[in-house]
Amino acid sequence: MLVLENVGKTYPNGVRALDGIGIDVSLGEIVVVVGGSGCGKSTLLRLVSGLDRPSQGAIRLDGTRIIEPHEKIGIVFQEPRLLPWLNVAGNVGFGLEDRPRQERATRVAKQLQRVGLHEKANVWPRELSGGQAQRAALARALVTRPEVLLLDEPFSALDAFTRADLQDHLLDLWADFKPTLVVVTHDVDEAVVLADRILVMRPHPGRVFAEIAADLPRPRDRQSAAFDAVKRRVLNALDRSLERPVAAGEEDVGAHAGAALWW
Amino acid sequence: MSLVTVTVTAEGSAPARQASSDRLARLARPAIGLLLPVGAAILWEIAVRIGLSDGRLLPPPSRLFEEFAELARAGELQRHVVATLTRMAAGFIAGTVAGTVLGAISGYSGLARRLIDPTLQGLRAVPSIAWIPLFILWLGIFETSKVALIAVGVFFPVYLGVMAAILSVDRKIVEVGRVFRLSPTAMVRRILLPAVLPAYVVSLRAGMGLGWMFVIAAEFMGASEGLGYLLIDGQQLGKPAEIVAAIVAFAVLGKLSDAILAAAAAPFLRWEDVVSRD
Repeated sequence: MLVLENVGKTYPNGVRALDGIGIDVSLGEIVVVVGGSGCGKSTLLRLVSGLDRPSQGAIRLDGTRIIEPHEKIGIVFQEPRLLPWLNVAGNVGFGLEDRPRQERATRVAKQLQRVGLHEKANVWPRELSGGQAQRAALARALVTRPEVLLLDEPFSALDAFTRADLQDHLLDLWADFKPTLVVVTHDVDEAVVLADRILVMRPHPGRVFAEIAADLPRPRDRQSAAFDAVKRRVLNALDRSLERPVAAGEEDVGAHAGAALWW
Repeated sequence: MSLVTVTVTAEGSAPARQASSDRLARLARPAIGLLLPVGAAILWEIAVRIGLSDGRLLPPPSRLFEEFAELARAGELQRHVVATLTRMAAGFIAGTVAGTVLGAISGYSGLARRLIDPTLQGLRAVPSIAWIPLFILWLGIFETSKVALIAVGVFFPVYLGVMAAILSVDRKIVEVGRVFRLSPTAMVRRILLPAVLPAYVVSLRAGMGLGWMFVIAAEFMGASEGLGYLLIDGQQLGKPAEIVAAIVAFAVLGKLSDAILAAAAAPFLRWEDVVSRD
């Protein structure tokens, strides 16, 4: 269970990136965070990953407070961030350095097979296409079997076909051992395809504005009316979160109304 | 339909053509480099042979070969080359070690950088030949002062290269190491070292280039052997062939040592994404 308790982040220059974030994510749940730029959604992911520390509140995974990177939490960034001096297999096995050579080789091979890159094991990262590189990054994060996998706009740099392909692929991989997924995206289609639950954030400071359940059956038909209905609800919430000038009182109501759903 | 056919044919034959032109390029590239010096040498030989010049101040290649043969027969060539190479190696190693250590410290720690970098930059601004009198007073006229001067020459490019390389390591790549909870030593070994290696090799090659400049300066300051001594000797005794022979020896040794360094580093840098290799 991943728990965020009243998490806030204020940068040294005084910018309040996040304020009063309270979220519970149960094991195996897929939570997608959407919001306009500058709403702090990437900051939120960095806090959960332990790369940055919150300035208020606490983040706990199964009761352990997260203040630095944790072995049960993996992250995939917007860019693949493969190490250019390691071949694909070396990159995927990067987090398994402390395991016996034989075990590492088997697990890497299996994971590469799983993401469809088994033929690219000995290739340098620069020789991969954008989609392949991101799949290698996914494999690197999944091979250690994290309990929580964070994805920060993982497919936003890819073309539409590759993106849809990788979204389906991610769900397929998720089904292997059902880790908790927290995905940040600005692509509403992506949110509705992936999510059990969608959190809409609003900026200045970043807060959770609305929570929308996406309890459609899987696999999801991107063309269906039900899909469209959820998508419309997300888009409406996004519009309201960005356009409506919110008075101080209303802002609180919004945040608390959202919070009330989880507490 | 015809368009498809054309495309397929072109794709089919492209790799073969690519491979053969690659082979040709690999053979032709060094040959092209030799064209200029060999051509000039032949022209000069002809000019001297047909009496356009007496070739006294600039001996023709045939005279040069005789000079080399003579020096080699007497064992002089080997003695001077070994003397120069030994100094060069000692100075290069000393300068590289010092430059690497201080460069790494300056690159790694902002405090250390603010503390030592301004001083080192100030020292770098001193023309290196200016150290000679001081080194002779401090270290004597024998090997130590020469090695020290070469080390100074090698030090600065290596120091600057290492520091700049560490400072320019991508924060995003370092974060990958943090996500996998690497210890500080593992972070250095698995992220920082490989990341700085390409720039490090460049700075070593630059350092070696300067080292070759300084070895001559060092040997000018009173040596009894070495290629630099040969230059002075040739000047004082009016033997241009000896001077040119020493210069040619420097050119060959410098190019050779650089090629060896580049070749030694190449296996570690195969991953580099570069437009062209040589």
